[in-house]
Parts: sequence; structure tokens; C-alpha cells
Amino acid sequence: MDMTPLWISLQVAVPAAAITFIAGLVAAWAVSYCGKAKHVADSIFTIPLVLPPTVVGFLLLIVFGTNSTIGGALLKVGIRLIFTKTGAVIAASVVSFPVMYRGARGALDQVDRNLVYAARSLGMNEFTILLRILIPCAWPGIAASAILSFARALGEFGATIMVAGNIPGKTQTMSIAVYTAMQSGNREKAYTWVIITVLFSLMILIAMNILTDRGARRLRRGT
Amino acid sequence: MELNVDIEKKLGDMTLRCRFNTGEGRFALLGASGCGKTTTLRLIAGIMTPDRGRITLGDRVLFDSKKKINIPARKRNIGYLFQDHALFPNMTAYQNIMCRAKDRDYAESLIEKFDLQGVKDRYPSKLSGGESQRTAIARMLSTKPEMILLDEPFCSLDNYLKTVAEREIAEVLDEFEGPAMLVSHDRNEVYRFADTIGVMEAGSVTAVLSKKEFFDLPGSAYSARLTGCKNISALQTEGGTVRACDWGITLGTAESLSLSGDMRYAGYRAHFFDFVSAEDAAADDDAHIIECETVRVTEDAFSMIVLFRSKGNTSSSRDSMMTWITGTEKWHEIKDEVTSGRFFLRWKKDKLMFFDR
Repeated sequence: MDMTPLWISLQVAVPAAAITFIAGLVAAWAVSYCGKAKHVADSIFTIPLVLPPTVVGFLLLIVFGTNSTIGGALLKVGIRLIFTKTGAVIAASVVSFPVMYRGARGALDQVDRNLVYAARSLGMNEFTILLRILIPCAWPGIAASAILSFARALGEFGATIMVAGNIPGKTQTMSIAVYTAMQSGNREKAYTWVIITVLFSLMILIAMNILTDRGARRLRRGT
Repeated sequence: MELNVDIEKKLGDMTLRCRFNTGEGRFALLGASGCGKTTTLRLIAGIMTPDRGRITLGDRVLFDSKKKINIPARKRNIGYLFQDHALFPNMTAYQNIMCRAKDRDYAESLIEKFDLQGVKDRYPSKLSGGESQRTAIARMLSTKPEMILLDEPFCSLDNYLKTVAEREIAEVLDEFEGPAMLVSHDRNEVYRFADTIGVMEAGSVTAVLSKKEFFDLPGSAYSARLTGCKNISALQTEGGTVRACDWGITLGTAESLSLSGDMRYAGYRAHFFDFVSAEDAAADDDAHIIECETVRVTEDAFSMIVLFRSKGNTSSSRDSMMTWITGTEKWHEIKDEVTSGRFFLRWKKDKLMFFDR
């Protein structure tokens, strides 16, 4: 059995989750702590969550396509996004970003404001506060959002297929493999990938629950 | 070093208008809950920003809306003790104290001094109220602040811990040379802590007085209540006779009370009444004797609190109920008479306080 789609999925989802983790956290922090145009920024950061993935894919094609300014500039330095794994990573990042952003924002907002005030009055700058106070205190929520966004990136289909296409051995991820197998009437193959995907997702969710539960208990009990 | 505050800040439908100078030493802001005390502290610390005005500490300008100066909280070098202590839950007591220590040896000495050696590796959730407060104070002092602000430091503690915590804070303050400011709604706390007292009323500091002035001559009926004066009544002058209408008592003429100006309220402290037996009262036609109807008697730890109304008082206002507090030593001698529902008290003219607002 050819396991390539699983490896491709991971090669796409892991970097996408990493990008999303940092970008989502920083965006959440910026909006909840330094934000002035809070509502506008919040809406822009959340929109990939509500748009159909095909629309996101379409927009990405417009922005990064070879005919666009950005796409052209990237092509000059040798980065090709359309029909490549890099493109799949970008698509998965954009789609999974709101999951991380929203979860992290909720977690950061729940941190007692007095801790931030205390840190400020003790002379810490905002970035130190983020690293030493906010992230540790909001960790269970942040970790949960990170895992969920990873799961979202792993299951990405619509935007990925529009941007990266369906090239077996190159951009064909698990979810795309299920679609392709169904289309070509290969039920057996479709079943296999469905089962693998379900098991994988289940594992991720169980891991997340254990992690957040432990983290929350540690903060509460302080051991 | 003095803190000079002259600021304005709109908060919902209330506007906070603060103007005071803490003077040297310890300053306390006394006011009822929700009058803007904590907000004032936050404005001074830089946690919140005033709409306009100026704050200076010594010759350092912390905030000036005209010159567009607003030093951020982290650069103000003002220690702030939060009501809930705000210890970082992800750090041990030791890490909390050390995380911003300017001088590690000094911080270590604070741990020693505050008796935290034994609990320094615990997380805040495992500290007792007192330990948590000492940790917070040590953390505050470790940054060597120029001034410290204390936000109702004792209000979350039970009575016993309160006494301990107060003693500890007093020791800390002896250690700390700069100015300190406390906000509280508890007059006893303020009395023990402060040299100078500011009275805060619905967002404004209405008076700044020395401790002695404040308790002897509170400037207003509101201040008097804050100092613990239980009996306050509105005054009414008719044909030269002054009546306390809430109490239903005629106090005398304006001359006999040496009243000057337009006084609107009278105050009388609950422990300044003297008990007079029924026989003595009958023999004496002293105008300073009140015939009282007992409403309720409450036994306190070392005193009896008697709520009463003067006989024939038709007023039903909240202040028509008067309070008399007497020690428990002689209580058994007068108990029967008081609990029978009718007794006599004498008030002293020189203990009456008058206020024009």
C-alpha cells in the first residue's frame, strides 16, 4: 500500500500548523492587548473560517498566481506556489489560522488582567509579559487551539486542491486521495484512507484532551 | 517626596475628579465602595490613563495631558500591591519575588525578613493568605520602587489575619522610606496607617486633612460617617431654636450651641452618651436628657450596641434610629431598664459636631 498521501499530508500540516501557531498567537495577542480597531481586525482574522474553502483557494490563486504581482515576485526568487507543496502549506495555513487565532484569543482573554497590570508595574515590557506571563497562564487553551488548528490543516481539502492541485506523489494529501479514489470508483482505497484519517484525527483529539486537562490541573493546583 | 495629583477621568456616568497632594509620609484615601478609590490608584500607577490633568512624583512628571507626557506603568517605578495580590500562578513564590529583582541580595534578604524561606518553592495556589500577601509585598519591594500603592490590602482577610497583616505591613512600611498611599473603606485601618487622609466621595476628593483633624473635625456629614460617627441628623432652625429633625430632638438655641454660619447637619458619636437612671432623670429637668425607646440591643465582643429612637419622634428616616454604644462592665446594672423599652440618656453639648454639608 502506498502511504505517500499520509506523508504529504504531514509535510503540509506540520509546517502549516507551525506557521499558524506563531501567527495566530501573535495576532490574538495584538488584537486583545494592543488592539485599537479591534472589531475590524478580529473580523479579518476570522474570515477564512466562515468562507467556503474554495473561495479561500480562489482568492489565494488571485494573490499568489503567476500573473499577480506577489506571485511574479516570488517566482523571480525561485518560489513557486501554484501546484506545489509550498502552495498547499500556504492554503492549509490560511484555512487553519482562524482556529488558532480564536482559540488563543479566548485563552489570553481569560488570563486575569491584574497579572498583566502587576507585571507592568513591576517593569516588564509587553513582549516579556507575553512570554513569561500570558503564554504560561493561557497554555492549556493555547495548546488545545494549536492541536485543533493542526487537525484542521491536516484535513484541508478545498483550498488546497485549488491552489496545489491533485498531483499524486507531490500534492495529493489524504483528503484529496479519498476524493480521487471515490471519483475513480476505487472504493477499497477510499475506505482505507477514510479509516486512516478517522483514526488519526481521533488520536489527535485524545492527545489534546489529555494535554489540556493536565495543563489546566497544573495551573490550578500549582504542582 | 510628594505625590501631586490633579486629574480627571470619565468612568461611565461618573466623572472622577481628583486633586490632592499626599504630603510627606503616608497618605490614605478613605471612601465608600465604588467611589473611585481603586481607579485613582490605577491612574497613578499608569495602569489606566486619565483623560486630562497632571501627576507628578517629587520632581518627576508621570503624566501631563497638556505636554502629552504619559510615562508607561513599567517606567514609573511605583510599587502596587493588588487586592488579590496578583501573584503569577506559573511561578513559585521565589520566582515571583526574583522575577524583577533589581538587586538579588536585597531580594533574598526580603525573603528572609518576611519569613518566606519555608514556602518559597510553593506555587501561589498553595500559599496561605498571609504568605501570599508577604510574597506580593516582597515582589513589590524587590524592584526598589520610589513609591508604593496599597489597594485595600486587608479587606480580603479575616479578623485575626487582618491584625497580623496590618502589623506586617506596618513593619514593611518602616523599612520603606518613600511615600506610601493606601486606599480603604475602613476607618480603623486608615487611622492606624496614615498621617494624612483624603476623603473621597463619588469620584472626588473632597477634603485632605491630617489624621487628627479628620477624626476630631470631619468636614462634612459624609466624612463624619466615614470616621464611624453613627448618629447624623439634618438640622432645622425655627425662630432661633435648632432642631435635629431626624432624631426628633430640640438641641437648643443657635447661641447656646455657638453655631456659626449655615449648619445643615449634626453628628454625635455613639459612645458619647451617658446613661441616666429614671429617678435621676425625673429629678433633673436638664434639657440634655433624651427619653429613649429601645429598638434593639446587640451584644458585641466587648460592648453593647443599643439602637433606639427618641420618644415621640415622628420621623421615619433612616437616621431617626440612633445608636448608643456602651461597655459591657456596667451593663448588668442598667440592663433591666434598657431592655424594658424605656430609658434615659444624656448628651453633651461639647461633643456635638456640626456640618454645613
